[in-house]
Amino acid sequence: MSAINKLSRRSVMRGMIGGAAVTVGLPLLECFLNENGTAYAATGKTLTPCFGTWFFGLGLTPKLWVPTQTGNKYTLPEHIGALAPLQAKMNLFGGMQVFLDGKVNQNHISGAQCQMTGIVTRTGTEYNTSFDTMIADQIGKRSRFRSLEVDCMGDRRGSWSARGDNGKSPAEISAVALYQRIFGAEFRDPNAANFVPDPAVMLRHSVLSAVSEQRADLMQQVSAWDRARLDEYFSSVRDLEQKLQIELEKPAPLPACTVPQKEQEPETGQLIDQVAKSNRLFAQLIAHALACGQTQVFNVSRGSSLSPLRERGQTSGYHQMTHEEPIDPTLGYQIKCKWYAEQQLAMLRDFVLTLDSIREGDGTLLDRTVVYAFTDHGEARLHSMKNYMAFTFGSGGGRMKTGYYLADEGGAATRVGLTIMQAFGLPNSDSWATETNHVNKPFREVLA
Amino acid sequence: MRLQSPHRRRLFRPLIVAAALAGSALLPWQAQAGVSLVRLTPEQYLRTIHDIFGASIRVDDNKVEPGFRDEGLLAIGDRKLTVGSAELERYETLAQEIAGQVVDAKHRAILLGCQPKSEDNADDACATEFLGKVGLLLFRRPLAAAELQQYVTTGRHGAEQMHSFNTGLVAALSEMLVSPQFLFRVVRSTSDAAHPGKLQLDAYSRAARLSFFLWNATPDRELLSAAQSGKLMTASGLQQQVDRLLNSPRLEDGMRTFFVDMLAFGGLDSDPGIDALSIDTGFYPKFTANVQADAEEQTLRTIVDHLLYKNKDYRDLFTTRDTFLTPALAALYDVPLPRQQELGGAVPWVPYHFSDSDPYIGILTQVSFLSLHSHPGRSSPTRRGKALREIFLCQKVPPPPGNVDFSLVQNTNDPRYKTVRQRLTVHRNEPMCAGCHKIMDPIGLSFENFDTAAEYRASENGAAIDASGDLSGKPFVGVQQLAHVIHDDPATTSCLINRAFSYGAQRKPTADEQSWLNGLQVQLSASGVKWRDLMRAITLNADFYSDVVPTNYAKTASSSR
Repeated sequence: MSAINKLSRRSVMRGMIGGAAVTVGLPLLECFLNENGTAYAATGKTLTPCFGTWFFGLGLTPKLWVPTQTGNKYTLPEHIGALAPLQAKMNLFGGMQVFLDGKVNQNHISGAQCQMTGIVTRTGTEYNTSFDTMIADQIGKRSRFRSLEVDCMGDRRGSWSARGDNGKSPAEISAVALYQRIFGAEFRDPNAANFVPDPAVMLRHSVLSAVSEQRADLMQQVSAWDRARLDEYFSSVRDLEQKLQIELEKPAPLPACTVPQKEQEPETGQLIDQVAKSNRLFAQLIAHALACGQTQVFNVSRGSSLSPLRERGQTSGYHQMTHEEPIDPTLGYQIKCKWYAEQQLAMLRDFVLTLDSIREGDGTLLDRTVVYAFTDHGEARLHSMKNYMAFTFGSGGGRMKTGYYLADEGGAATRVGLTIMQAFGLPNSDSWATETNHVNKPFREVLA
Repeated sequence: MRLQSPHRRRLFRPLIVAAALAGSALLPWQAQAGVSLVRLTPEQYLRTIHDIFGASIRVDDNKVEPGFRDEGLLAIGDRKLTVGSAELERYETLAQEIAGQVVDAKHRAILLGCQPKSEDNADDACATEFLGKVGLLLFRRPLAAAELQQYVTTGRHGAEQMHSFNTGLVAALSEMLVSPQFLFRVVRSTSDAAHPGKLQLDAYSRAARLSFFLWNATPDRELLSAAQSGKLMTASGLQQQVDRLLNSPRLEDGMRTFFVDMLAFGGLDSDPGIDALSIDTGFYPKFTANVQADAEEQTLRTIVDHLLYKNKDYRDLFTTRDTFLTPALAALYDVPLPRQQELGGAVPWVPYHFSDSDPYIGILTQVSFLSLHSHPGRSSPTRRGKALREIFLCQKVPPPPGNVDFSLVQNTNDPRYKTVRQRLTVHRNEPMCAGCHKIMDPIGLSFENFDTAAEYRASENGAAIDASGDLSGKPFVGVQQLAHVIHDDPATTSCLINRAFSYGAQRKPTADEQSWLNGLQVQLSASGVKWRDLMRAITLNADFYSDVVPTNYAKTASSSR
């Protein structure tokens, strides 16, 4: 616990703010990583792992993405060939399904919801804690931002992440706003020689501490139903207190940290070129945020669950095409939908390669990250809840093996989430999810 | 008549200038049985700040998580919302920015009401006076003495450490602005002996419910005073306040906010079935950015003028030929209108009357309805039929089932099925699809004379459009006849009444309340469905000031891990 955290709010106010112009230098030795870039040389402390999700709506073209053999020597099918540069750092999971257990299929919602929360709800208005936030609570407590949510299609509703059981987290849709939030005036370069705590930040921190002090009284007053929501509010207060507290401390040096170039706000929309541009900009910002220790968890989405991705000049978008494009009688699949799916995979590749492009010693940022890419339907044309595919990229700092294709025919798609949770060492992750989606067997082949 | 623009600057005096100092004695809510929370909407947040401190206070980007539509309304879904980390981060920044403006040279002399003894140090007396006034308005109730002292202490310590009275006051005001007492409407209630299971709101919560319902604004000084004196809990005192609020020009604010919610305007939904207006201008060149901006405003102006200023019957909104147009909209509707510069510039809205020979009739043939419920590149009878059922008749349409093969029947290039009607007819033959499409398509197809951008057309792909249909067994041809069928359908009136009650109380009516609302429907159907009559009937009924703990949000997460 830091010195500031140990002090009461009032003592911080009295004792520190007035004399805040303190320059904090670090021993030079601590500024260097070890030879392979996995730990600080002076302390041996391992670089922190990272986790992120990347949602792609409407799945892939049935059968065409399925490799002919499982294991770690499979040949990448042409349909998912865009991912070839990443095959060695990737796992592909297939054959899985989401069980509705008699509930109405909230098309384009239930499947993704279950994979993120472990629950299929009765209605589309319910949404529970997603497992990325559990990982954030486990690994992200010392980051300035507990997690970052972005949407590449300008839809604040696009996120599949939820901190509690009272609604999803809104997604940031502006690359410029995200830049300002991460690398704006409050950013402290971890590699700067000197550090001066900002007295204004100290004052804000103390104000939030005062708000936190209201918690006990208020929690006693509200009904049980409201208590959970109030608790989430106070969790947010704690997150913000932590963010400000971190801004008051000299950050550990991170040689791979550089501030990305500030870009102009791109045109946001549902057209493929617009979405691809946003995807690239957000990839840059998130990669630099991870490399600079600003966050360890992120969620990337692309529009509402209906995936209204569209090619310029076409009257129908991807979602409509999945329902309306005839299956080519010769080829046996929907030609245009296959093309859309491959465009999405190219965006996924670009995003992950951006993480892989940041060198950290003899490895890359991707090597200490796990990116989970998931979808809403096994076959969107039919709103099918079977034959789901999912990807993971990166090993999370050696927590997961990579290079595998694993098929669990008819098994629950929640197994992938369970596997990731166990890889990150989440407490109480022996099993996860509810009803038939409840699983207790991870994909052990990829657990290190 | 006064019709406001969406961004009309407030002409009211900042509430804080006239606010009485908060009482610091007993707080009635402290010993009460039920306390529930409803998060302020971004619009309510903005209005509250502007009402209290004046419209010159800048509030940048207070967008928060989009709401859930429940029982047809975001207002009900809002009861489920909390404040997430990213949102609180934004609110904390806003709090700093707002508090900084309140004490700047431009505003402090007007808003503070006292002069600190020193600019370089704390002044508890001045801070107490200011924070007591502002706390009453922000929290919608007086602050307890100890509670007020807490904020004064924050201000004192900040001032002492930073050697600035202003900085201390910014800290104290920021603390209020990020407090859950401000960001949530705290609804306090006592058990109702006469109605087991129900809770009756206390006076301050009653004031807030009334004010947010009718004005979508925080309670003003008079309303809080009526709550403090207890008058608001009496029949005569309540009637006096209801009459005052109904006769205020601010009634328009409340009405607009209600219809934005009911009509699913603003792109605020988390419901994937309801999207913001998104039409491809590549196909519809007349559907310019100006049209997008003006479309919803046209409908809101039509409604406000019709219901509020002309005091006409709600049902006539479906058959009225009166509306308001801008030059951009006029181009889309293909009607003559002077150009904007010829209209004098800044306010391009012009009253317009469609003739009986025009195809446009009522709000259902306006761009806001026809385009909002279309695909970006083409019309959608299914979406339009579903929207009409759900929004205006309060009828639920189930989501489409899984495992349906659409491609067999929806090939837009199939020469056998040139029109949407032909394709949907084949689709309806699928037994799995038939149930729902039979209640959506016959209504939606009657709009097929209007393309995605609401422009009139007589044919599609060279085939004449058949706009016949039926609703609840009543056949019609085209929207001209459909408009009258909607007008005469009892569900149209009952839907408005139910939505209005549910919106104000932010919950679904109980069985007892539904019985009373059914009686109100009979009464208003006979006398005329007038907006002020409806508002008065709801706000003078004790049920409106009761609360029940929602039961449809039972936790499912506890078993998830």
